[in-house]
Amino acid sequence: MTVLVTKDSIDLGNLYQVFVERYPSAAVANFAGHVRDHGDRESVDCLELEAYPEMAISQLTALGVEATSRYGLHAWQVVHRYGELSVGEPIVWVATAADHRADAFAACEFLMDTLKTDAPFWKREHSGQESSWVKVQTRDLERKARWLGGSDTA
Amino acid sequence: MVSQGIGPTVITIKFFSLIREAVEVEGLSLEWSPDLSSVAMVKAELSQRGANWSDALSHPNLIQAVNHKVVFEDNAVADGDELAFFPPMTGG
Repeated sequence: MTVLVTKDSIDLGNLYQVFVERYPSAAVANFAGHVRDHGDRESVDCLELEAYPEMAISQLTALGVEATSRYGLHAWQVVHRYGELSVGEPIVWVATAADHRADAFAACEFLMDTLKTDAPFWKREHSGQESSWVKVQTRDLERKARWLGGSDTA
Repeated sequence: MVSQGIGPTVITIKFFSLIREAVEVEGLSLEWSPDLSSVAMVKAELSQRGANWSDALSHPNLIQAVNHKVVFEDNAVADGDELAFFPPMTGG
């Protein structure tokens, strides 16, 4: 229902408050992913996220429509940052609203598992004077594959 | 997309992440012609620009998009289209 792709920092508390006020529902699930201090590299100072914003909005919207179709959501929202982010900062926030928790949880997980490999963002980890592009993780591809068989196969 | 006017018609091409770094440009425009009517034909044209281009565009995990949708190499390319080339995505 709403996609925001932004270089600006985000306030998770405010995002949640606005979401539940705008879309009052019995079951609301939300997930935030933050920059970790390690990754492909042993230590990470900061993360650079490159984006293709126009395609990201298109892809994230399509995933939200798919999640709504599968789980009968009342509402959903995805916020994804790009640019330079410090350790601990939120990268992505996903919220889903439904009548029951099972649908809200499943839709939130579906959105996270699919956007990681379907939305055009690329992470570059910086550590000291060195940096490198993050490689796709096998576990992320496996988690996405769980959803490909239809609405009941995850 | 169909051109409504007279004169040169173009396709826009964008590069991201390590593909952008390899070809050393963020994007470019090409005058569209029937010789550029598929993604594979555009890749072949661009690959003539040098070894760094042909290496990057023959990357085994290369992903290509036309008008913001991931496509196969045989996808059609028409006047006004926007193409993009990039490696596997690592969002979230």
